Amino acid sequence: MSPLFANVDWAEIGKATLETLGMLGGSMLLTVVLGLPLGVLLFLTARGQLLASAGLHAALAFAVNVLRSVPFIILLILMMPLTLALVGTSLGVRGAIPPLVAGAAPFFARLVETALREVDPGVSQAAQAMGARNDQIVLRFLLPEALPGVLAGATVTAIALVSYTAMAGVVGAGGLGDLAVRFGYQRFQTDVMVVTVVLLLILVQFLQMIGDRLVARVSHR
Amino acid sequence: MTGAAKPRIELVDAVKVFSGGDVEAAAVRGVSLRVWPGEVFGVIGQSGAGKSTLIRLMNALERPTSGRIFVDGEDLAALSPAALRRRRRRIGMIFQHFNLLQSKTVWDNVAVPLRLEGGLSAATIKARVDALLERVGLTALAGHYPSQLSGGQKQRVGIARALACEPKVLLCDEATSALDPETTEQILTLLGELNRELDLTVVLITHEMDVVRRVCDRVAVMEAGKVVETGEVVEVFLNAESPVTRRMLGEDDRLPLRSGSARAFRLTYRGEAARAPFLSQTAKATQIDFSLHLARAGEIKGEPYGQLVVSMEGARLDDALARFQAAGVHIRELQP
Ligand SMILES: Nc1ncnc2c1ncn2[C@@H]1O[C@H](COP(=O)(O)OP(=O)(O)O)[C@@H](O)[C@H]1O
Ligand SMILES: [Mg+2]
Repeated sequence: MSPLFANVDWAEIGKATLETLGMLGGSMLLTVVLGLPLGVLLFLTARGQLLASAGLHAALAFAVNVLRSVPFIILLILMMPLTLALVGTSLGVRGAIPPLVAGAAPFFARLVETALREVDPGVSQAAQAMGARNDQIVLRFLLPEALPGVLAGATVTAIALVSYTAMAGVVGAGGLGDLAVRFGYQRFQTDVMVVTVVLLLILVQFLQMIGDRLVARVSHR
Repeated sequence: MTGAAKPRIELVDAVKVFSGGDVEAAAVRGVSLRVWPGEVFGVIGQSGAGKSTLIRLMNALERPTSGRIFVDGEDLAALSPAALRRRRRRIGMIFQHFNLLQSKTVWDNVAVPLRLEGGLSAATIKARVDALLERVGLTALAGHYPSQLSGGQKQRVGIARALACEPKVLLCDEATSALDPETTEQILTLLGELNRELDLTVVLITHEMDVVRRVCDRVAVMEAGKVVETGEVVEVFLNAESPVTRRMLGEDDRLPLRSGSARAFRLTYRGEAARAPFLSQTAKATQIDFSLHLARAGEIKGEPYGQLVVSMEGARLDDALARFQAAGVHIRELQP
């Protein structure tokens, strides 16, 4: 082992990397599964839209804003009882996923809503004029048209999740960020900090690159 | 055309008021009209006159505040949501900004309405889309995305898409307003051809006189939510009664130049009358003097027409006017 990285336990780093990827993969999947419909609903219930409903829209927007305004670290702690009920533990990677989703899904939902708003309203009109049902308008017209924006939003969300995972150490979920905090920061092991941060950077770069490529592939503007 | 046939579209005292918050905007204020099968019906008016709202009542994109809208005798308000969707498939619509799906190729854009139907086989859809693209001359661009097309090509895609479910009616909301004159000409020619080939009823709204003159059989002139004039295009254009129509035609009833006892007239003629040198013949025969202030000539749906603004004086002026009338010239005296 290079003396430069004297404190670095590579097995530990490998384990932490897997924990980060586990938290990211699991929470990202659920964020999309929950955030996408929530975003669609936010969009559709807004004024002048297909399911316009001021009350429902206000209620959804309020719930989203509450979750988005609570600092993630607080959310992590506040949610512990709920997490326990949901996944049987409030600890580890599994215990981290519910708060991660609770933090990221509302954020993603807003990005989905914005992407849908950017779709030319004429598209929805043309869809109605050709006799499309509401579900067809959403699935065959609006979402395909908003796909570049939705994918860009998913990329931003995934990257935000990477930094959220760093705080998940609080519930013992581990991960690279946790390593950086516990060893790099609290024990002044600068080399551990450097290695973990570089790995996180690589992860973020990778996510951005994949995201950009997907967006480019589906953009035909 | 207006014989015993039943109207394809009928509006009976249609009113549409938009109420947004505390302001109410009456976009359509009591319009009754009939569109006959196979005709090209134009609605012309200035921006904000209510044309878009009017055409959107015809496929129930807007619900009337009062009044009724019938398509093929069916009251749109009486249809269930499912029946209305089926009805809309038989009413094509094209738009000023085309409203194509940017995320889909030309081919897939045209296939969209067919796929909405459900139950059509892939082979049926393919045959239909290929035939439509062929008809609008876009076969070579089937794999392109809308962003790679010119405005005229995009509108051709819009037309192919609107015709996918074999509608009997095509609604055109300012379909050529975003296009240059040459492309406008091509699209109007295509619409005219489709009207004849498919016996397609076309309702076309526009703020451009030229568009109406090129393709429409009948026209309604709209102002502030009301139809102020309606009739055969030639009649409405040449003998415009309402100030709006005259303004849209660029006609001015005030006489720019005046001299002594001369009286000024606008003389309008078409068809056979347009071919005869009636002005000089009459002037010679009645010995009137005339000065010409304005002259224009053109074609309306293939029929030649002409219009002159002249001031005339002479002892036998009444005789001259009678001769004009006998030659089929429409006369309107202009006030000084
Ligand atoms: N959805 C709407 N809500 C409120 N006002 C509207 C709406 N659509 C049209 N209007 C108003 O109705 C009038 C007629 O509009 P429109 O039918 O678009 O006219 P045109 O197509 O002749 O320009 C305008 O004053 C416009 O502002
Ligand atoms: Mg309009």
